[in-house]
Amino acid sequence: MKISEIVKMLDARVLCCEDKTDREVDSAFGCDLMSDVLAYVNDQAMLLTGLVNPQVIRTALMLDMVCIVFVRSKEPSKEMIELARENGIVMMSTNKTLYTSCGLLYSGGLIGTGEVCK
Amino acid sequence: MSDRLIFRFDVEGDDFTSAGQASVQVKKNLRQLGIDSETIRRVSIAMYEGEINMVIHAGGGVAEVAVCEDYIEIVLEDTGPGIKDIEQAMQAGYSTASDTVRSLGFGAGMGLPNMKKNSDSMTIDSTPGVGTRIVMKIMYGGKANEGV
Repeated sequence: MKISEIVKMLDARVLCCEDKTDREVDSAFGCDLMSDVLAYVNDQAMLLTGLVNPQVIRTALMLDMVCIVFVRSKEPSKEMIELARENGIVMMSTNKTLYTSCGLLYSGGLIGTGEVCK
Repeated sequence: MSDRLIFRFDVEGDDFTSAGQASVQVKKNLRQLGIDSETIRRVSIAMYEGEINMVIHAGGGVAEVAVCEDYIEIVLEDTGPGIKDIEQAMQAGYSTASDTVRSLGFGAGMGLPNMKKNSDSMTIDSTPGVGTRIVMKIMYGGKANEGV
């Protein structure tokens, strides 16, 4: 699914790297626990989260994630936006909840990553 | 080995805002060296987990990443409180992290198992009250341990 389609589906506001919204994402992971993101994401997925701190961006960076969606109208700091921009990660914010956001994307055909968690 | 390239970082303790900066830098350096992306990914995850651990549990420490001919070696050394029971600490879900750390999205007890999962070998030497030394080796094109 193209990132631009995700923006539309979630009625989201793009915070940086708007020029990279024509990129594709294959799967998504929704979570506020970065420990689990690091443990279970095993491909170039997109992250949906309500957690706002620089570790969210660094976690995504470590996993080569190309897109982060902040749910529940969470707004990252300027420093976080700058860190994402430097590294080419598209960030957006939506006023929808995590559950609703994931539901909309899943029904639109975007599958989850880390399906089998031990 | 004479031609190993070493990156060394001082990791500051209790500064959660900057936690992970060393790992971000290592990833950049390895990319510039043209290391394959799967190896970089495993090094990144293993080092980031270790770096976060040093920040939240040990009051910081020193991280060294050596780029060798056949593998990348990560050495994390601190003078923190040490790990009393390594076997217990290796169990997925076991954690001694504070509520503050948990509220920041970490401390789920997945760090050490995830470091082991992403490296081809990992050794932990720890003495309570003295500190901890963790050495991880990641082979180029190697297959990390399956599962946790």
